[in-house]
Amino acid sequence: MKTREEIAQALAASGYIADSELATAISLMQLLRRPLLLEGEAGVGKTEVAKALAAAHATELIRLQCYEGLDQSAALYEWNYQRQLLSIQAHRGEDADAVEDQIFSEKYLLERPLLAAIRQSRPPVLLIDEIDRADDEFEAFLLELLSDFQVSIPELGTISAITIPHVVLTSNGTRELSDALRRRCLYHYVDYPDVDREARIIMARIDGATASLALQIARMVEGIRKEELRKVPGVAETLDWAAALVGIGVKDLRDQPEAVHETLMCLVKTHEDKSRLSREVADRLLGKVA
Amino acid sequence: MSCCGSSGGYYEIDEVSRLVAVRLSAFLKTLREAGFAVGLQEGRDAAALMAAGYAETPALLRVALKHLFSARKSDWDRFDGLFDAFWLGKRVRSRSLTSGSARAANNPSLKNLQDRRSERAPGENATDQVLSGDDEAGENRTGEGRKEGASRAENLTEVDFRKMADPEQIEQAHEAAARLAKTMRTRLTRRDLARRRGYRLDLRRTIHGNISHGGVPISLVRRQRKEKPLRLVVLLDASGSMSMYTGVFLRFIHGVLDEFREAEAFLFHTRLAYVSDAMKEKDAARALDRLSIMAQGAGGGTRIGESLQTFNRWHAARVLHSRSCVMIVSDGYETGDARLLGREMAALAKRCRRIVWLNPMMAWEGYAPEAAGIKAALPHIDLYAPANTLKSLTELEPYLAKL
Repeated sequence: MKTREEIAQALAASGYIADSELATAISLMQLLRRPLLLEGEAGVGKTEVAKALAAAHATELIRLQCYEGLDQSAALYEWNYQRQLLSIQAHRGEDADAVEDQIFSEKYLLERPLLAAIRQSRPPVLLIDEIDRADDEFEAFLLELLSDFQVSIPELGTISAITIPHVVLTSNGTRELSDALRRRCLYHYVDYPDVDREARIIMARIDGATASLALQIARMVEGIRKEELRKVPGVAETLDWAAALVGIGVKDLRDQPEAVHETLMCLVKTHEDKSRLSREVADRLLGKVA
Repeated sequence: MSCCGSSGGYYEIDEVSRLVAVRLSAFLKTLREAGFAVGLQEGRDAAALMAAGYAETPALLRVALKHLFSARKSDWDRFDGLFDAFWLGKRVRSRSLTSGSARAANNPSLKNLQDRRSERAPGENATDQVLSGDDEAGENRTGEGRKEGASRAENLTEVDFRKMADPEQIEQAHEAAARLAKTMRTRLTRRDLARRRGYRLDLRRTIHGNISHGGVPISLVRRQRKEKPLRLVVLLDASGSMSMYTGVFLRFIHGVLDEFREAEAFLFHTRLAYVSDAMKEKDAARALDRLSIMAQGAGGGTRIGESLQTFNRWHAARVLHSRSCVMIVSDGYETGDARLLGREMAALAKRCRRIVWLNPMMAWEGYAPEAAGIKAALPHIDLYAPANTLKSLTELEPYLAKL
């Protein structure tokens, strides 16, 4: 997979319709061997990029979901304490050094995502999801790992990467990331897709969605995004809605406005937005779709 | 250099690549001045990707460099404009469209280099056509990029914040901010941290730490609640009506950023600018330069509502948490829509712990909150107080401490 067109095609084959900028970003990722940092509103498909990339490379996706308080033992490796304790009890009275060598061997090592990612035989896609939720300390640690791709375990020695994974980081912007991490990465801002691309996404993902219906849905969603909503519907919501419409057998939005109103809950998720997207507003938007 | 099509003589290529290298480093300098964090490594990578064929068309190069050099949303949005202005000489439309025109040799833009190349090797006009088609697309984009700045009563002169460099005043500002930081308490969270002297036992770590004792817990690890400091987010109105006070409050913000463990600062007038990074700059002169760039447009009208909207949409999720206090310093003279301001204030109030509105005009005799803007905002404010000098700020301490 070399050229940008090939990348876009490979992503499309795995169900992700990428714009040309993203294809360029992924080709740069391979050329410069830098991680890719994706930012954007919730629900624009940041995580999907990593999934599609893994599918396109026909390789494994290793995902590390970040949260406040995430530390090395949950992200990198941990010793299996229970087994170690049992082993100590079982070998009581034997040579202490031998026991120690045994309980600090690979058999007692629990691999966590980051360690797993550098020990695959084929370079996997490592998705570090919502890095902004992790603490500063973890970010600093991650930075070190991303530059050296080796892990030192005091009891076992240094483990170097067998293969360098393709690293994708996503951020929702709940915390400002450090400049060092940002500089290390290529940056891509994932925006809501335009009507045409969203229609193609719907057609790629939802079986039974015709081109005309997909286009109508995409136009309707674009209109809804322009309304002043608290929670703007993302691509994930669009797909939910499209699936719901297809599921109840809608062929044309204009023919079945009732069905449209009843399924709008797939798109708007708060009471406030629901009241803002009243019947009149929805009908007006529906009129524009035609 | 692949950016110039197929190869010519050896000497020629060498000269062209040298020109590109010089030009590239000038571009990096421009980016740095615009607040981008680009280092040597980025420059090297940029050269590498140009060599790898990403300089085929300006559009492709723009996208590639955009990914490499941007580090955040604001960089991402500004990059296209900066790129076009630098490499394609946009804004001087006539010039960029007269192809083949002789331009100063010491200013070899990308366009220029391609022209030279085609002069030397006739029959490669195809590249030129691609380029000019692209020019037009780029032109539209630049127009979009500038929309943000275009607004009523905008004053595009640079505001001189250099007065801030008076050491005595800076010291006073720091003092005031430090006292404020002390009085605004730190708060406890429910999340625990491993500590040697905690009040609860951390079983997992204790077992781990005592494997060497055969699993007998000899040394204990404990947990304790984490202290989380109150975060102060200052939004400073830098419009014309506030010009008398902007200097004072900028000094104060400088102190806040230095003294508070967690603080962020924004300037707004007709649009909102994130200034924490620029003000945290170690080199004071550089900080002032960066601020002056950002303050372009300051001293014009105020659009508090729109600025708050931008804040809520793009920054609030990042800079606000449940222990944040938002301090708005403004006179409340809104040239935009007062209803929008009310709505955005309500949204903001939901996101943070407290909102303080400091209004320098309140110190004036006979002042009443008559301006439409302040009327719309008042219901959502926790503390509305006068502040026009550093002294009056320090007098606010007891009130702020209660927040």
